[in-house]
Amino acid sequence: MSEILRKLLDNGILQLGIWETVYMTFISAFFSYLVGLPLGVLICVTAKDGIRPIPWLNRILDVLVNIFRSIPFIILMVAVLPAAKLIVGTSLGNRAMIVTLVLAAIPYVARMAESSIKEVDKGVIEAAQSMGANEFSIITKVLIPEAKPALLVGAVISLVTILGYSAMAGTIGGGGLGMIAITYGYQRFNNEIVWICVALTIIIVQLIQEIGMHIARRTDKRTA
Amino acid sequence: MIELKNICKEFKTQKGSFTALRDVSLDINDGEIFGIIGLSGAGKSTLVRCINYLEKPTSGQVIIDGRELGALNKKELLKLRQNIGMIFQGFNLLEQRTVLKNICFPLEISGRSKADAQKRARELLELVGLSDKENAYPSQLSGGQKQRVAIARAMAPEPKYLLCDEATSALDPDTTRSILELMREINRKLGVTIVVITHEMKVIDTICDRVAVMDNSIVTEVGEVASVFAEPKSEIAKKLILPELKTVENITGGERIRLIYNGESSFTPLLSNIILSCGVPLNILHAETKDIYGKAYGEIILQLPEDSRSAARVKNYLNANNITYSVLEGGGKNVGNTSQAVG
Ligand SMILES: Nc1ncnc2c1ncn2[C@@H]1O[C@H](COP(=O)(O)OP(=O)(O)OP(=O)(O)O)[C@@H](O)[C@H]1O
Ligand SMILES: [Mg+2]
Repeated sequence: MSEILRKLLDNGILQLGIWETVYMTFISAFFSYLVGLPLGVLICVTAKDGIRPIPWLNRILDVLVNIFRSIPFIILMVAVLPAAKLIVGTSLGNRAMIVTLVLAAIPYVARMAESSIKEVDKGVIEAAQSMGANEFSIITKVLIPEAKPALLVGAVISLVTILGYSAMAGTIGGGGLGMIAITYGYQRFNNEIVWICVALTIIIVQLIQEIGMHIARRTDKRTA
Repeated sequence: MIELKNICKEFKTQKGSFTALRDVSLDINDGEIFGIIGLSGAGKSTLVRCINYLEKPTSGQVIIDGRELGALNKKELLKLRQNIGMIFQGFNLLEQRTVLKNICFPLEISGRSKADAQKRARELLELVGLSDKENAYPSQLSGGQKQRVAIARAMAPEPKYLLCDEATSALDPDTTRSILELMREINRKLGVTIVVITHEMKVIDTICDRVAVMDNSIVTEVGEVASVFAEPKSEIAKKLILPELKTVENITGGERIRLIYNGESSFTPLLSNIILSCGVPLNILHAETKDIYGKAYGEIILQLPEDSRSAARVKNYLNANNITYSVLEGGGKNVGNTSQAVG
C-alpha cells in the first residue's frame, strides 16, 4: 500500500469520495427526473400520434433536447457553470456540480422517458379514451404506470450515465472518485490510486445495475 | 338510440386521401344487438370508432339519444363516452394492474370513491364469472378470461351501449361461444344495446338481431339477420354468407340452388318429396343447420339435373309449394356467387 493511499484512507478522503460520488449521482438523477420525466411525457403527448398533438410545441422541445444532447458533456459542463453560479451562488464545489449534472442529464432523461412511454400499447390508450378518460388521467393512470418497468430500466441507465458525468465533473472542481483519481492518481503519477478509483466505480455501477434491474423486474407484472 | 347520418371519413395519408367511410347511414335501436360484418379493410372499425367519436367523421352526424356528438364540447363528450362501453380484439387491459383494479379504472376516472368502485367491480366479476381472479394480473389469464375482464370493465359505469370491435376474433370457437353467450346475457338481463363488429358470419348468426353488411367503405345492405341470411342481396353479403360454395365451385353439371329453411320444417320430407314428385335425381352439395338468434335454420345446396326440363320441374315444384330458394349462377365452372332470389 503506497504512502498516498494510506494517507487518503486515514484522512477519510477516499471514503468521502465514494460518498460524494454516490450522493451527487442520486441527487442529480432526482432533480433531472423532476424536469426530464415531465418533459419526456410532454414530448410523447404532443407528438402527432400522441394523445394531444401540438406540432409546434413538440417540434421546439424535440429540437431543444437534440441540441443539448449533442453537446459533449465536458463542453456543456464548462458552458453551464455561469448558470450554476446563478442558481446556487457558486461555480465551485459539489452544489455547482450537481447543477451542471442536472442540466446535462435532463435531455438525456427526457429521451429515456419518451422512449419508455412510447412503448405503451396504443390499444390500451384507446381503451382509456373510450372510457372517457381525459389527458391528465391517461398520463397519470395509463402512460406512467404502464411504462413503469421500462422507466425503471431507463433510470438505471441514467444513473450510470450521470455517475460517469460526475467523474468528469471532478476535473473542474467537483468532488468524488473522479476528482481523487485525477488529483491524487493522475497528477501525482500514482497508478495504484487510479486503479482503486476505477475498481470502486465499477463496484458502484454494478450495485446500481443489479439492484435497479432487480427492482424493475419485480415491478413488471407482465412476467408475473 | 344511435343514429348515424351520412357519415363520411377521409384519412389524409402521404399518398393522398383515402375514403374509409362513404355516406354511411344507420339507425341502431335501443335494446337490440346490431351486427356489422365485412371483410378486412371494409371500414368497420372506423365506423364503430365514429360512434364514440374516437374518430371524428369528416362529415355527417352521429346522434346518440338525440344529442349530436359534433355539437358537444370536450367535457360533454368525455362524459357521454362513459355511457358507451367498448371492447376490442386485443382486450387492451392495463397490464400493470390487477383484474379488480382494471375494472375499477373507468370508475376512478369518473371520480367514484375507491370503496364504491371496488364494490361495483366485484359485482361485475361475479357477472362475468371471474370472482376468483380479482388479484390476478392480465398476463396470468387466458384470452377468454381477458375478454371477460374487458367486458366487466366496459360495463362498470353501467353504460347503455356496448361497442365490440372483433371482440371474439382472437379466441377459439368454444371461447367465442361463451363470450357471445355472455354478451347476449348482458343484452337480455341489463338491456344494454350492443354493436358487434365482426368478419365472421357465425358471430352474427349467433347473437345479432339485425345486421349491416359493409364493403369498400359503404353499407351494402341492412336488415334482420334471418332475412339477410335467407336472401343476401349484395355481392359481398353472398360472399360472406355462402363461403362454402368455394368448395363446390369445381363441380360441373347442372344448375345449383340454395334452399333456406326455418326451424318449423325439416329437410328430409322436403327432399324426398321433391325427388318423388318430380322424379329427378338430385345432388346434395352442401347441407347445414344454423342457429340464428336462437332459431334453427337449415341451408341446403342442391345440384339440379343438367337437362333443363327436369330442372324446370324441380323449380316449378318449389314455386308451387312456396319454398324460398335462390339460384346460384353458373352451374359449372364459371361461378360468381351471384344468385337471384326467387320467392
Ligand atoms: N388512421 C388511418 N389513417 C389512414 N388510413 C386508415 C386509418 N385508419 C384506417 N385506415 C384505412 O381505412 C380502411 C378501413 O379500415 P378499418 O380499420 O375501418 O377496416 P376494418 O373493416 O375494421 O378491417 P379489419 O377487419 O381488418 O379490422 C383501411 O383501408 C385502412 O387502411
Ligand atoms: Mg377492424
